[in-house]
Amino acid sequence: MHSKKLGWLLLSPTLLILGLFGVFPFLYVLWVSFHEWNPFAANPAKLFNWAENYRKLVFDSQFLASLGVTFAFAVFAVGSEILLGYFLAQAFLKDFPGKAFFRTIHTLPLIMAPIIVGSVWKLMATPSIGVIPYILKHTVGFDLNIGTSAVAAFTITVIMDIWHWTPLVTLTMIAALVSLPPDPFEQAQIDGAGKRQIFWHITLPMIRPALIATVFIRLMDAIRTVDEVLMLTGGGPGSATRYVGVHIYKEVFPRTNYGYGSAVSIVVLYLTIVICWLLYVGLIAPRVRKV
Amino acid sequence: MKRRNPWISITVWTAISFLTLFPIYWLFVISVKPAVDLFSTPELLLKSFYWDNYTEVLNNPTLRGYMLNSLIISSCNAVLVTILGFLACYALTRFELAGKESIFFWTITNRMAPPAVFLLPLFLLFTQVYRIGDFSLADTKLGMILVYCTFNLPFAIWTLRPTLDAIPRELDEAALVDGATPWKVISHIVFPLARPGIAVTLILTWVFAWNEYLLAATLTNFNARTLTTGLSEYVTTTGTAWGVMATISVFTLIPALIVFSLVQRHIVAGLTFGAVKG
Repeated sequence: MHSKKLGWLLLSPTLLILGLFGVFPFLYVLWVSFHEWNPFAANPAKLFNWAENYRKLVFDSQFLASLGVTFAFAVFAVGSEILLGYFLAQAFLKDFPGKAFFRTIHTLPLIMAPIIVGSVWKLMATPSIGVIPYILKHTVGFDLNIGTSAVAAFTITVIMDIWHWTPLVTLTMIAALVSLPPDPFEQAQIDGAGKRQIFWHITLPMIRPALIATVFIRLMDAIRTVDEVLMLTGGGPGSATRYVGVHIYKEVFPRTNYGYGSAVSIVVLYLTIVICWLLYVGLIAPRVRKV
Repeated sequence: MKRRNPWISITVWTAISFLTLFPIYWLFVISVKPAVDLFSTPELLLKSFYWDNYTEVLNNPTLRGYMLNSLIISSCNAVLVTILGFLACYALTRFELAGKESIFFWTITNRMAPPAVFLLPLFLLFTQVYRIGDFSLADTKLGMILVYCTFNLPFAIWTLRPTLDAIPRELDEAALVDGATPWKVISHIVFPLARPGIAVTLILTWVFAWNEYLLAATLTNFNARTLTTGLSEYVTTTGTAWGVMATISVFTLIPALIVFSLVQRHIVAGLTFGAVKG
Protein backbone atom coordinates (compact mmCIF):
# COMPACT_ATOMS: atom_id res chain seq x y z
CA MET A 1 0.00 0.00 0.00
CA HIS A 2 2.66 2.54 1.03
CA SER A 3 5.80 2.93 -1.02
CA LYS A 4 8.92 1.45 0.50
CA LYS A 5 10.81 4.68 -0.10
CA LEU A 6 8.54 6.48 2.35
CA GLY A 7 9.16 3.77 4.95
CA TRP A 8 12.92 4.20 4.75
CA LEU A 9 12.47 7.96 4.84
CA LEU A 10 10.50 7.71 8.10
CA LEU A 11 13.13 5.41 9.55
CA SER A 12 16.18 7.37 8.41
CA PRO A 13 16.46 9.96 11.23
CA THR A 14 16.44 7.14 13.79
CA LEU A 15 19.08 5.16 11.90
CA LEU A 16 21.23 8.27 11.47
CA ILE A 17 21.15 9.32 15.14
CA LEU A 18 21.67 5.83 16.52
CA GLY A 19 24.50 5.31 14.01
CA LEU A 20 26.30 8.53 14.96
CA PHE A 21 25.90 8.23 18.73
CA GLY A 22 25.49 4.50 19.22
CA VAL A 23 27.42 2.55 16.60
CA PHE A 24 30.51 4.77 16.34
CA PRO A 25 31.26 4.73 20.08
CA PHE A 26 30.60 1.00 20.09
CA LEU A 27 33.18 0.41 17.33
CA TYR A 28 35.66 2.55 19.23
CA VAL A 29 35.13 0.55 22.43
CA LEU A 30 35.49 -2.67 20.46
CA TRP A 31 38.80 -1.44 19.05
CA VAL A 32 40.07 -0.31 22.46
CA SER A 33 39.15 -3.67 23.98
CA PHE A 34 42.07 -5.23 22.09
CA HIS A 35 44.55 -2.81 23.66
CA GLU A 36 46.15 -2.11 26.94
CA TRP A 37 45.37 1.51 27.65
CA ASN A 38 45.47 3.91 30.53
CA PRO A 39 44.48 7.29 29.09
CA PHE A 40 45.51 9.09 32.29
CA ALA A 41 49.02 7.64 32.54
CA ALA A 42 52.25 9.47 31.73
CA ASN A 43 52.42 7.44 28.54
CA PRO A 44 48.84 7.27 27.27
CA ALA A 45 49.61 5.19 24.19
CA LYS A 46 47.38 2.25 23.31
CA LEU A 47 49.34 -0.98 23.23
CA PHE A 48 47.84 -3.66 21.05
CA ASN A 49 47.73 -6.87 23.05
CA TRP A 50 45.60 -9.19 20.96
CA ALA A 51 42.85 -10.78 23.01
CA GLU A 52 44.73 -10.53 26.31
CA ASN A 53 41.89 -8.54 27.92
CA TYR A 54 39.40 -11.22 26.98
CA ARG A 55 41.68 -13.99 28.24
CA LYS A 56 42.02 -12.09 31.51
CA LEU A 57 38.30 -11.66 32.08
CA VAL A 58 37.53 -15.34 31.67
CA PHE A 59 39.77 -15.99 34.68
CA ASP A 60 38.81 -12.84 36.59
CA SER A 61 36.99 -14.24 39.61
CA GLN A 62 35.75 -10.78 40.59
CA PHE A 63 34.11 -10.33 37.20
CA LEU A 64 32.54 -13.79 37.25
CA ALA A 65 31.21 -13.19 40.76
CA SER A 66 29.79 -9.86 39.65
CA LEU A 67 28.00 -11.56 36.76
CA GLY A 68 26.40 -13.91 39.28
CA VAL A 69 25.15 -11.21 41.64
CA THR A 70 23.97 -9.11 38.71
CA PHE A 71 21.90 -12.00 37.48
CA ALA A 72 20.37 -12.55 40.94
CA PHE A 73 19.73 -8.83 41.29
CA ALA A 74 18.06 -8.57 37.88
CA VAL A 75 15.85 -11.61 38.46
CA PHE A 76 14.65 -10.58 41.94
CA ALA A 77 14.20 -6.91 41.14
CA VAL A 78 12.65 -7.18 37.68
CA GLY A 79 10.47 -10.16 38.63
CA SER A 80 8.97 -8.32 41.59
CA GLU A 81 8.55 -5.11 39.60
CA ILE A 82 6.65 -6.84 36.82
CA LEU A 83 4.28 -8.65 39.21
CA LEU A 84 3.69 -5.62 41.42
CA GLY A 85 3.44 -3.23 38.49
CA TYR A 86 0.89 -5.39 36.72
CA PHE A 87 -1.36 -5.69 39.78
CA LEU A 88 -1.15 -2.00 40.51
CA ALA A 89 -2.02 -1.21 36.89
CA GLN A 90 -5.04 -3.52 37.14
CA ALA A 91 -6.06 -1.76 40.33
CA PHE A 92 -5.87 1.60 38.57
CA LEU A 93 -8.31 0.45 35.90
CA LYS A 94 -11.12 0.48 38.44
CA ASP A 95 -12.73 3.76 39.26
CA PHE A 96 -12.41 4.99 42.80
CA PRO A 97 -12.32 8.43 44.36
CA GLY A 98 -8.89 10.04 44.30
CA LYS A 99 -7.56 7.76 41.56
CA ALA A 100 -5.60 10.49 39.76
CA PHE A 101 -4.11 11.63 43.06
CA PHE A 102 -2.92 8.15 44.03
CA ARG A 103 -1.58 7.54 40.54
CA THR A 104 0.50 10.71 40.73
CA ILE A 105 1.90 9.67 44.11
CA HIS A 106 2.68 6.24 42.79
CA THR A 107 4.72 7.67 39.90
CA LEU A 108 6.75 10.05 42.10
CA PRO A 109 9.77 7.73 42.60
CA LEU A 110 10.35 7.81 38.84
CA ILE A 111 11.08 11.50 38.83
CA MET A 112 13.99 11.11 41.22
CA ALA A 113 17.42 10.81 39.65
CA PRO A 114 19.27 7.56 40.42
CA ILE A 115 22.01 9.42 42.27
CA ILE A 116 19.38 11.08 44.49
CA VAL A 117 17.67 7.75 45.09
CA GLY A 118 21.01 6.19 45.97
CA SER A 119 21.85 9.01 48.41
CA VAL A 120 18.49 8.96 50.18
CA TRP A 121 18.53 5.19 50.58
CA LYS A 122 22.09 5.36 51.81
CA LEU A 123 21.08 7.84 54.51
CA MET A 124 18.05 5.72 55.36
CA ALA A 125 19.95 2.43 55.53
CA THR A 126 23.31 3.33 57.07
CA PRO A 127 23.67 1.55 60.42
CA SER A 128 23.24 3.64 63.60
CA ILE A 129 22.07 6.80 61.79
CA GLY A 130 19.63 5.39 59.26
CA VAL A 131 15.91 5.19 59.86
CA ILE A 132 15.42 1.70 58.42
CA PRO A 133 17.78 -0.12 60.84
CA TYR A 134 16.33 2.02 63.62
CA ILE A 135 12.74 0.99 62.89
CA LEU A 136 13.66 -2.66 62.38
CA LYS A 137 15.53 -2.76 65.65
CA HIS A 138 12.74 -1.20 67.68
CA THR A 139 9.87 -3.14 66.14
CA VAL A 140 11.09 -6.64 65.36
CA GLY A 141 14.50 -6.53 67.02
CA PHE A 142 16.34 -7.24 63.78
CA ASP A 143 19.81 -5.79 63.36
CA LEU A 144 20.20 -4.60 59.80
CA ASN A 145 23.75 -3.73 58.87
CA ILE A 146 24.43 -3.13 55.20
CA GLY A 147 28.09 -2.43 55.99
CA THR A 148 28.82 -5.99 57.11
CA SER A 149 26.03 -8.25 55.89
CA ALA A 150 26.15 -9.19 52.22
CA VAL A 151 22.54 -10.39 52.27
CA ALA A 152 21.33 -7.15 53.86
CA ALA A 153 23.16 -5.00 51.30
CA PHE A 154 21.87 -7.09 48.41
CA THR A 155 18.30 -6.97 49.73
CA ILE A 156 18.39 -3.20 50.21
CA THR A 157 19.57 -2.65 46.63
CA VAL A 158 16.78 -4.89 45.36
CA ILE A 159 14.16 -3.08 47.46
CA MET A 160 15.49 0.28 46.30
CA ASP A 161 15.24 -0.83 42.69
CA ILE A 162 11.70 -2.10 43.21
CA TRP A 163 10.71 1.15 44.90
CA HIS A 164 12.24 3.21 42.11
CA TRP A 165 11.14 1.31 39.01
CA THR A 166 7.81 -0.42 39.71
CA PRO A 167 5.96 2.77 38.63
CA LEU A 168 7.50 2.42 35.16
CA VAL A 169 5.95 -1.02 34.83
CA THR A 170 2.64 0.29 36.17
CA LEU A 171 2.57 3.09 33.59
CA THR A 172 3.41 0.92 30.60
CA MET A 173 0.91 -1.69 31.77
CA ILE A 174 -1.82 0.93 32.19
CA ALA A 175 -1.14 2.12 28.63
CA ALA A 176 -1.32 -1.46 27.38
CA LEU A 177 -4.47 -2.35 29.31
CA VAL A 178 -6.45 0.76 28.39
CA SER A 179 -5.85 0.16 24.68
CA LEU A 180 -7.35 -3.34 24.77
CA PRO A 181 -10.57 -3.69 22.83
CA PRO A 182 -13.56 -4.44 25.10
CA ASP A 183 -15.27 -6.93 22.78
CA PRO A 184 -13.35 -10.14 23.60
CA PHE A 185 -13.83 -9.50 27.32
CA GLU A 186 -17.57 -8.96 26.96
CA GLN A 187 -17.83 -12.05 24.81
CA ALA A 188 -15.90 -14.14 27.33
CA GLN A 189 -18.10 -12.96 30.17
CA ILE A 190 -21.22 -13.82 28.18
CA ASP A 191 -19.73 -17.26 27.59
CA GLY A 192 -19.24 -17.62 31.32
CA ALA A 193 -15.45 -17.55 31.52
CA GLY A 194 -13.91 -17.14 34.98
CA LYS A 195 -11.51 -14.42 36.00
CA ARG A 196 -8.51 -16.71 35.76
CA GLN A 197 -9.49 -18.00 32.33
CA ILE A 198 -9.97 -14.47 31.05
CA PHE A 199 -6.52 -13.55 32.34
CA TRP A 200 -4.68 -16.52 30.80
CA HIS A 201 -6.54 -16.72 27.51
CA ILE A 202 -7.40 -13.13 26.70
CA THR A 203 -5.56 -10.50 28.74
CA LEU A 204 -2.14 -12.11 28.80
CA PRO A 205 -1.87 -12.91 25.08
CA MET A 206 -3.14 -9.44 24.20
CA ILE A 207 -0.72 -7.52 26.41
CA ARG A 208 2.17 -9.89 25.72
CA PRO A 209 4.07 -7.55 23.34
CA ALA A 210 3.87 -4.65 25.79
CA LEU A 211 4.72 -6.92 28.71
CA ILE A 212 7.81 -8.35 27.01
CA ALA A 213 8.95 -4.90 25.90
CA THR A 214 8.71 -3.76 29.53
CA VAL A 215 10.58 -6.82 30.80
CA PHE A 216 13.33 -6.12 28.26
CA ILE A 217 13.72 -2.49 29.21
CA ARG A 218 13.79 -3.24 32.91
CA LEU A 219 16.12 -6.21 32.48
CA MET A 220 18.73 -4.32 30.49
CA ASP A 221 18.51 -1.29 32.77
CA ALA A 222 18.95 -3.52 35.83
CA ILE A 223 22.00 -5.17 34.27
CA ARG A 224 23.69 -1.85 33.51
CA THR A 225 22.70 -0.05 36.69
CA VAL A 226 25.51 2.08 38.15
CA ASP A 227 24.72 5.34 39.93
CA GLU A 228 22.15 4.11 42.44
CA VAL A 229 24.11 1.15 43.71
CA LEU A 230 27.42 2.99 43.65
CA MET A 231 25.88 5.67 45.86
CA LEU A 232 24.12 3.27 48.23
CA THR A 233 26.70 0.58 48.90
CA GLY A 234 29.69 1.39 46.69
CA GLY A 235 29.53 -2.24 45.55
CA GLY A 236 30.18 -3.61 49.04
CA PRO A 237 30.43 -5.14 51.51
CA GLY A 238 33.22 -7.05 49.80
CA SER A 239 31.76 -7.52 46.35
CA ALA A 240 28.22 -8.41 47.43
CA THR A 241 26.60 -5.67 45.36
CA ARG A 242 29.34 -5.18 42.80
CA TYR A 243 27.01 -5.52 39.82
CA VAL A 244 28.64 -5.53 36.39
CA GLY A 245 27.88 -1.85 35.77
CA VAL A 246 29.57 -1.00 39.06
CA HIS A 247 32.42 -3.40 38.30
CA ILE A 248 33.14 -1.74 34.96
CA TYR A 249 32.87 1.72 36.49
CA LYS A 250 35.43 0.77 39.09
CA GLU A 251 37.80 -0.73 36.53
CA VAL A 252 37.59 2.33 34.32
CA PHE A 253 37.59 5.22 36.79
CA PRO A 254 39.45 4.50 39.99
CA ARG A 255 41.75 1.93 38.36
CA THR A 256 41.92 3.57 34.89
CA ASN A 257 42.10 0.16 33.32
CA TYR A 258 40.48 1.31 30.13
CA GLY A 259 41.28 -1.50 27.73
CA TYR A 260 40.17 -4.15 30.19
CA GLY A 261 37.01 -2.21 31.08
CA SER A 262 36.18 -2.05 27.36
CA ALA A 263 36.58 -5.79 26.98
CA VAL A 264 34.30 -6.43 29.97
CA SER A 265 31.72 -4.02 28.52
CA ILE A 266 31.77 -5.78 25.18
CA VAL A 267 31.22 -9.15 26.87
CA VAL A 268 28.41 -7.82 29.06
CA LEU A 269 26.79 -6.16 26.07
CA TYR A 270 27.10 -9.41 24.12
CA LEU A 271 25.54 -11.44 26.96
CA THR A 272 22.68 -8.95 27.32
CA ILE A 273 22.00 -9.08 23.60
CA VAL A 274 22.01 -12.89 23.59
CA ILE A 275 19.63 -13.14 26.57
CA CYS A 276 17.26 -10.58 25.07
CA TRP A 277 17.48 -12.08 21.59
CA LEU A 278 16.54 -15.53 22.91
CA LEU A 279 13.62 -14.06 24.83
CA TYR A 280 12.60 -12.08 21.78
CA VAL A 281 12.74 -14.96 19.34
CA GLY A 282 11.02 -17.29 21.78
CA LEU A 283 8.30 -14.99 23.01
CA ILE A 284 7.45 -12.13 20.69
CA ALA A 285 8.56 -12.71 17.15
CA PRO A 286 6.37 -15.71 16.21
CA ARG A 287 3.22 -14.00 17.48
CA VAL A 288 3.99 -10.75 15.76
CA ARG A 289 4.51 -12.46 12.43
CA LYS A 290 1.21 -14.29 12.69
CA VAL A 291 -0.72 -11.03 13.07
CA MET B 1 -18.93 -5.36 36.19
CA LYS B 2 -19.35 -5.67 39.92
CA ARG B 3 -19.36 -2.56 42.04
CA ARG B 4 -16.89 -2.75 44.87
CA ASN B 5 -16.74 -0.70 47.97
CA PRO B 6 -14.45 2.23 47.05
CA TRP B 7 -13.14 2.43 50.61
CA ILE B 8 -11.19 -0.79 50.17
CA SER B 9 -9.32 0.73 47.24
CA ILE B 10 -8.75 3.96 49.11
CA THR B 11 -7.41 2.20 52.22
CA VAL B 12 -5.07 -0.03 50.22
CA TRP B 13 -3.82 2.87 48.13
CA THR B 14 -3.23 5.02 51.18
CA ALA B 15 -1.07 2.29 52.66
CA ILE B 16 0.88 1.89 49.40
CA SER B 17 1.28 5.65 49.14
CA PHE B 18 2.86 5.79 52.59
CA LEU B 19 5.51 3.31 51.49
CA THR B 20 6.05 5.15 48.22
CA LEU B 21 6.29 8.53 49.85
CA PHE B 22 8.50 7.63 52.77
CA PRO B 23 11.90 8.00 51.00
CA ILE B 24 10.70 11.28 49.51
CA TYR B 25 9.56 12.45 52.93
CA TRP B 26 12.96 11.46 54.27
CA LEU B 27 14.63 13.53 51.56
CA PHE B 28 12.65 16.50 52.83
CA VAL B 29 13.59 15.68 56.43
CA ILE B 30 17.28 15.69 55.46
CA SER B 31 16.89 19.00 53.67
CA VAL B 32 15.51 20.80 56.73
CA LYS B 33 18.02 19.48 59.24
CA PRO B 34 21.35 21.03 60.19
CA ALA B 35 24.28 18.81 59.18
CA VAL B 36 25.16 17.75 62.73
CA ASP B 37 21.68 16.33 63.37
CA LEU B 38 21.97 13.92 60.42
CA PHE B 39 24.36 11.74 62.34
CA SER B 40 22.35 11.35 65.50
CA THR B 41 19.49 8.97 66.28
CA PRO B 42 16.81 9.33 63.61
CA GLU B 43 13.49 10.97 64.49
CA LEU B 44 10.44 10.13 62.44
CA LEU B 45 8.67 13.42 63.00
CA LEU B 46 10.23 16.82 62.60
CA LYS B 47 10.21 19.11 65.60
CA SER B 48 11.97 22.08 64.07
CA PHE B 49 12.78 23.32 60.62
CA TYR B 50 16.13 24.60 59.51
CA TRP B 51 15.81 26.55 56.28
CA ASP B 52 19.43 27.54 55.64
CA ASN B 53 19.86 24.93 52.91
CA TYR B 54 16.91 26.43 51.09
CA THR B 55 18.23 29.99 51.23
CA GLU B 56 21.57 28.73 50.00
CA VAL B 57 20.04 26.96 47.02
CA LEU B 58 17.63 29.76 46.16
CA ASN B 59 20.40 32.36 46.25
CA ASN B 60 22.59 30.37 43.92
CA PRO B 61 22.08 31.61 40.34
CA THR B 62 24.21 28.80 38.84
CA LEU B 63 21.76 26.20 40.08
CA ARG B 64 18.88 28.10 38.50
CA GLY B 65 20.77 27.94 35.19
CA TYR B 66 21.31 24.21 35.63
CA MET B 67 17.62 23.70 36.24
CA LEU B 68 16.73 25.63 33.08
CA ASN B 69 19.26 23.54 31.12
CA SER B 70 17.77 20.34 32.48
CA LEU B 71 14.27 21.47 31.55
CA ILE B 72 15.25 22.45 28.00
CA ILE B 73 17.32 19.33 27.36
CA SER B 74 14.86 16.80 28.70
CA SER B 75 11.77 18.43 27.16
CA CYS B 76 13.35 18.79 23.71
CA ASN B 77 14.74 15.28 23.93
CA ALA B 78 11.43 13.73 24.98
CA VAL B 79 9.52 15.46 22.18
CA LEU B 80 12.21 14.61 19.62
CA VAL B 81 12.47 10.92 20.49
CA THR B 82 8.70 10.52 20.72
CA ILE B 83 8.21 11.98 17.25
CA LEU B 84 11.14 10.11 15.67
CA GLY B 85 10.26 6.91 17.52
CA PHE B 86 6.65 7.20 16.42
CA LEU B 87 7.65 7.66 12.76
CA ALA B 88 10.16 4.81 12.95
CA CYS B 89 7.57 2.56 14.53
CA TYR B 90 5.03 3.49 11.91
CA ALA B 91 7.56 2.53 9.23
CA LEU B 92 8.34 -0.75 11.01
CA THR B 93 4.71 -1.78 11.49
CA ARG B 94 3.14 -0.62 8.20
CA PHE B 95 5.80 -1.18 5.54
CA GLU B 96 7.37 -4.31 4.14
CA LEU B 97 10.96 -3.20 4.67
CA ALA B 98 13.89 -5.57 4.27
CA GLY B 99 15.14 -6.79 7.65
CA LYS B 100 12.67 -4.71 9.64
CA GLU B 101 12.50 -7.13 12.57
CA SER B 102 16.30 -7.07 12.82
CA ILE B 103 16.33 -3.29 12.69
CA PHE B 104 13.70 -3.23 15.43
CA PHE B 105 15.81 -5.47 17.65
CA TRP B 106 19.03 -3.62 16.79
CA THR B 107 17.61 -0.31 18.01
CA ILE B 108 17.26 -1.66 21.55
CA THR B 109 20.84 -2.96 21.64
CA ASN B 110 21.88 0.69 21.76
CA ARG B 111 20.34 0.87 25.22
CA MET B 112 22.06 -2.24 26.57
CA ALA B 113 25.64 -0.99 26.73
CA PRO B 114 27.07 -0.52 30.23
CA PRO B 115 27.50 3.26 30.29
CA ALA B 116 30.88 3.80 31.98
CA VAL B 117 33.08 2.76 29.06
CA PHE B 118 31.08 4.67 26.44
CA LEU B 119 31.72 8.03 28.09
CA LEU B 120 35.20 8.49 26.67
CA PRO B 121 34.44 7.65 23.02
CA LEU B 122 31.47 9.99 23.15
CA PHE B 123 33.64 12.69 24.65
CA LEU B 124 36.23 12.23 21.89
CA LEU B 125 33.54 12.23 19.19
CA PHE B 126 31.99 15.35 20.63
CA THR B 127 35.18 17.35 20.97
CA GLN B 128 37.10 16.16 17.93
CA VAL B 129 34.90 14.58 15.29
CA TYR B 130 31.43 16.14 15.31
CA ARG B 131 32.54 19.72 14.83
CA ILE B 132 32.22 22.43 12.24
CA GLY B 133 34.92 25.07 12.59
CA ASP B 134 34.82 26.33 16.16
CA PHE B 135 31.46 24.78 16.92
CA SER B 136 31.60 21.37 18.55
CA LEU B 137 28.83 19.42 20.22
CA ALA B 138 30.69 19.30 23.53
CA ASP B 139 29.02 21.30 26.31
CA THR B 140 26.02 22.25 24.16
CA LYS B 141 22.36 21.55 24.83
CA LEU B 142 22.00 20.27 21.27
CA GLY B 143 24.72 17.71 21.92
CA MET B 144 23.00 16.47 25.06
CA ILE B 145 19.61 16.33 23.32
CA LEU B 146 21.16 14.19 20.58
CA VAL B 147 23.22 11.93 22.83
CA TYR B 148 20.22 11.16 25.06
CA CYS B 149 18.60 9.70 21.94
CA THR B 150 20.89 6.68 22.26
CA PHE B 151 18.94 5.37 25.22
CA ASN B 152 15.60 7.16 24.75
CA LEU B 153 14.97 6.54 21.06
CA PRO B 154 15.10 2.72 21.39
CA PHE B 155 12.90 3.03 24.46
CA ALA B 156 10.36 5.11 22.54
CA ILE B 157 10.35 2.66 19.63
CA TRP B 158 9.88 -0.32 21.94
CA THR B 159 7.10 1.19 24.03
CA LEU B 160 5.24 2.56 21.02
CA ARG B 161 5.43 -0.64 18.99
CA PRO B 162 2.69 -2.57 20.87
CA THR B 163 0.40 0.45 20.65
CA LEU B 164 0.91 0.84 16.90
CA ASP B 165 0.60 -2.89 16.34
CA ALA B 166 -2.77 -2.82 18.07
CA ILE B 167 -4.19 -0.12 15.77
CA PRO B 168 -5.86 -1.96 12.89
CA ARG B 169 -4.23 -1.41 9.52
CA GLU B 170 -7.67 -1.40 7.90
CA LEU B 171 -8.05 2.15 9.20
CA ASP B 172 -4.94 3.37 7.36
CA GLU B 173 -5.84 1.47 4.24
CA ALA B 174 -9.38 2.80 4.17
CA ALA B 175 -8.12 6.36 4.55
CA LEU B 176 -5.53 5.86 1.79
CA VAL B 177 -8.19 4.48 -0.53
CA ASP B 178 -10.28 7.55 0.23
CA GLY B 179 -7.38 9.65 -1.05
CA ALA B 180 -5.70 10.80 2.14
CA THR B 181 -1.97 11.48 1.97
CA PRO B 182 0.31 9.26 4.12
CA TRP B 183 1.10 12.29 6.25
CA LYS B 184 -2.63 12.87 6.87
CA VAL B 185 -3.04 9.23 7.86
CA ILE B 186 -0.20 9.49 10.37
CA SER B 187 -1.25 12.79 11.89
CA HIS B 188 -5.06 12.46 11.83
CA ILE B 189 -5.70 8.76 12.33
CA VAL B 190 -2.80 6.85 13.87
CA PHE B 191 -1.41 9.58 16.11
CA PRO B 192 -4.70 10.33 17.95
CA LEU B 193 -5.44 6.63 18.40
CA ALA B 194 -2.00 6.01 19.91
CA ARG B 195 -2.48 8.71 22.54
CA PRO B 196 -2.12 6.59 25.72
CA GLY B 197 1.09 5.02 24.44
CA ILE B 198 2.45 8.37 23.32
CA ALA B 199 1.70 9.98 26.68
CA VAL B 200 3.51 7.22 28.55
CA THR B 201 6.46 7.42 26.15
CA LEU B 202 6.70 11.19 26.57
CA ILE B 203 6.63 10.94 30.35
CA LEU B 204 9.17 8.18 30.65
CA THR B 205 11.66 9.49 28.08
CA TRP B 206 11.44 12.89 29.79
CA VAL B 207 12.19 11.22 33.09
CA PHE B 208 15.17 9.28 31.75
CA ALA B 209 16.66 12.45 30.24
CA TRP B 210 15.92 14.52 33.36
CA ASN B 211 17.60 11.97 35.62
CA GLU B 212 20.63 11.12 33.51
CA TYR B 213 23.91 11.73 35.28
CA LEU B 214 27.03 10.02 33.89
CA LEU B 215 26.81 11.40 30.34
CA ALA B 216 25.95 14.89 31.50
CA ALA B 217 28.86 14.85 33.94
CA THR B 218 31.29 13.87 31.18
CA LEU B 219 30.08 15.87 28.21
CA THR B 220 29.28 19.23 29.79
CA ASN B 221 31.33 21.83 31.60
CA PHE B 222 29.25 24.90 32.08
CA ASN B 223 26.88 25.90 29.27
CA ALA B 224 24.79 22.74 29.22
CA ARG B 225 25.35 21.47 32.75
CA THR B 226 22.28 19.82 34.19
CA LEU B 227 20.81 19.69 37.66
CA THR B 228 21.96 16.14 38.38
CA THR B 229 25.57 17.18 37.75
CA GLY B 230 24.97 20.21 39.96
CA LEU B 231 24.06 17.76 42.71
CA SER B 232 27.33 15.92 42.43
CA GLU B 233 29.24 19.15 43.00
CA TYR B 234 28.20 18.83 46.63
CA VAL B 235 29.80 15.40 46.93
CA THR B 236 33.43 16.29 47.56
CA THR B 237 36.50 14.63 48.95
CA THR B 238 36.06 16.48 52.23
CA GLY B 239 32.56 15.13 52.68
CA THR B 240 29.10 15.34 51.23
CA ALA B 241 26.86 18.33 51.86
CA TRP B 242 23.83 16.09 52.38
CA GLY B 243 21.52 18.93 53.37
CA VAL B 244 22.16 21.02 50.26
CA MET B 245 22.06 17.94 48.11
CA ALA B 246 18.67 16.96 49.53
CA THR B 247 17.40 20.50 49.07
CA ILE B 248 18.38 20.54 45.39
CA SER B 249 16.70 17.15 45.04
CA VAL B 250 13.50 18.57 46.50
CA PHE B 251 13.66 21.34 43.90
CA THR B 252 14.19 18.86 41.07
CA LEU B 253 10.89 17.24 42.01
CA ILE B 254 8.82 20.38 41.32
CA PRO B 255 9.26 20.76 37.53
CA ALA B 256 9.09 17.00 37.13
CA LEU B 257 5.80 16.94 38.99
CA ILE B 258 4.37 19.69 36.76
CA VAL B 259 5.38 17.90 33.56
CA PHE B 260 3.95 14.66 34.93
CA SER B 261 0.56 16.08 35.78
CA LEU B 262 0.36 17.81 32.38
CA VAL B 263 0.95 14.62 30.42
CA GLN B 264 -0.53 11.98 32.68
CA ARG B 265 -4.17 12.79 32.07
CA HIS B 266 -3.72 11.74 28.45
CA ILE B 267 -3.30 8.12 29.50
CA VAL B 268 -6.99 7.46 29.14
CA ALA B 269 -9.05 4.63 27.82
CA GLY B 270 -11.88 4.41 25.43
CA LEU B 271 -10.73 6.09 22.24
CA THR B 272 -8.99 3.35 20.41
CA PHE B 273 -11.29 0.72 19.12
CA GLY B 274 -14.62 2.44 18.73
CA ALA B 275 -13.76 3.06 15.11
CA VAL B 276 -13.69 -0.57 13.99
CA LYS B 277 -16.35 -2.16 16.15
CA GLY B 278 -18.76 -4.58 14.59
